[in-house]
Amino acid sequence: MGVLPFFLFSALFLILPVGYLVVGSFQDAVTHQPTIKNYIDLTEPNIVLAYTTSIEISLVTAIGGGLFGFLLAYAVILGGLPRFLRSLLMTFSGVASNFAGIPLALAFTFTLGLQGLVTKLLLDGLGIDLYGKEIKFSIYQKLGLELVYLYFQFPLMILIVAPAIDGLKREWREASENLGASSRQYWQHIALPVLLPTLLGTTILLFGNAFGAQATAYQLTAGLVPLVTNLITAQISGDVFHNINLGYALAMGMVVIMGVSITGYSILQRRSERWLR
Amino acid sequence: MKLSRIFSWVIFILGVLYFLLPLYATLEFSLRTKVPFVAYTNVLFKDPQFAGSLIYSAIVGVITILVSLLIIVPTAYWVRLRLPRLRPVVEFVTLLPFVIPPVILAFGLLRAYAGPPLPLTGTDFGLNILVVAAYVVLSFPYMYRAVDSGLQAINVRTLTEAAQSMGAGWTRILISVIFPNIRVALLSGAFLTLAIVIGEYTIASFLVRPAFGPYLALLGRDKAFEPAAVTIISFGLTWMAMGMIALLGRGSRQRVQVAGAR
Repeated sequence: MGVLPFFLFSALFLILPVGYLVVGSFQDAVTHQPTIKNYIDLTEPNIVLAYTTSIEISLVTAIGGGLFGFLLAYAVILGGLPRFLRSLLMTFSGVASNFAGIPLALAFTFTLGLQGLVTKLLLDGLGIDLYGKEIKFSIYQKLGLELVYLYFQFPLMILIVAPAIDGLKREWREASENLGASSRQYWQHIALPVLLPTLLGTTILLFGNAFGAQATAYQLTAGLVPLVTNLITAQISGDVFHNINLGYALAMGMVVIMGVSITGYSILQRRSERWLR
Repeated sequence: MKLSRIFSWVIFILGVLYFLLPLYATLEFSLRTKVPFVAYTNVLFKDPQFAGSLIYSAIVGVITILVSLLIIVPTAYWVRLRLPRLRPVVEFVTLLPFVIPPVILAFGLLRAYAGPPLPLTGTDFGLNILVVAAYVVLSFPYMYRAVDSGLQAINVRTLTEAAQSMGAGWTRILISVIFPNIRVALLSGAFLTLAIVIGEYTIASFLVRPAFGPYLALLGRDKAFEPAAVTIISFGLTWMAMGMIALLGRGSRQRVQVAGAR
């Protein structure tokens, strides 16, 4: 059987470890009796704060990255720019969406960190002190992190939405123009509704993409911004809750949120294929 | 010039600036040393850990690719030819690594293999097995899709029947007929895997492996200019891998390569 190794491998190194966490999340740390106390304990203030911060950052960068990515894709495909810019942008996007993690975090500290190039240029050239009392910007804080995440978020939107924009048929536009529709009406009643599943689905995918990110945030903020991934990292390295099983429940909460977002993406992606063939 | 075109240019230039500024800033930073390029020569020639971790990650990457191909190609082939009913199940399993972020996978592996019956976390060899296994799992989503669409493009059934009628067995069909016919798809999946494994941090650091990602993270905390130099080198490596994929994908329909959260 050709599929046996696949299922065996997945069972050993994907299902078993996650199953271990699932079972553990329903066990008491001391007595090993079944319990849902670990999930009730997820309402502890620092855990709630971690979830809300993670969700906030993911939402902001998904919507911001999604919008900017869509506008960029629109600009190079339908905005009347020279054609070669389009393939340039697509190649860039392929690289940028895969340029995440430690190198990305470092690149931004060299750009907007205390000694960063842009920080210095703004200070020396325009007298704007990003890290001063008035602006209080920091690349090592939430806003900085969002700026960094955008770097891999919007290219992903470009990669996924560009084929969808290509799929808008010229006949639809011509037909609507023949019927006397304005450009606005065309977008409002035809193009956007066709693109909507792709746009929504990809935004949800971007949400999951940011929510699951660990390396970038950990390197940049040294674990100081309260994120779920940072909390899990601390729990793995040193059992900060003094309750191993609470750590499992924390991980499960993350899996549930990721699961919902990936499911949403798959459903919307399938819907979008109806028109864009 | 029309208003919409001006708007398009503004958006495009903003995008390019946002994309290039961090790269330029990193490059500029890496060259701020008194002696030019000393940050590069330092890591390239005086830091054995640079080459050591890069080689370690490259070896892990190659083993990951081989194991992943050995598992995925027969699976995708079999599902296409004999077991189309299993397709939804296989697709579901290959999507799971998107649902289970690396930090959770590492967490689970560390706990599940800490004790009997398979105490892999106790030895270097065991940890090496775990890190490869985790990367193979991570590679499933795009490896499966790359191989499956590669198989879609060739006529699997006809090729199989032709080979069978000449007396070839299953292993021979896979190795001499199927593999060569989908090598472009395999290579693009392989390069993406390599790009991801070489820079991976989360799993490598939890499993305490001497890999490139943890090395760069540590360097970023200890040194000033060297991290900038290594970031530029690492960007070059990503660029090379993506360039290879683009080169291989010429002429075929462009597929989106999504690699999941990091």
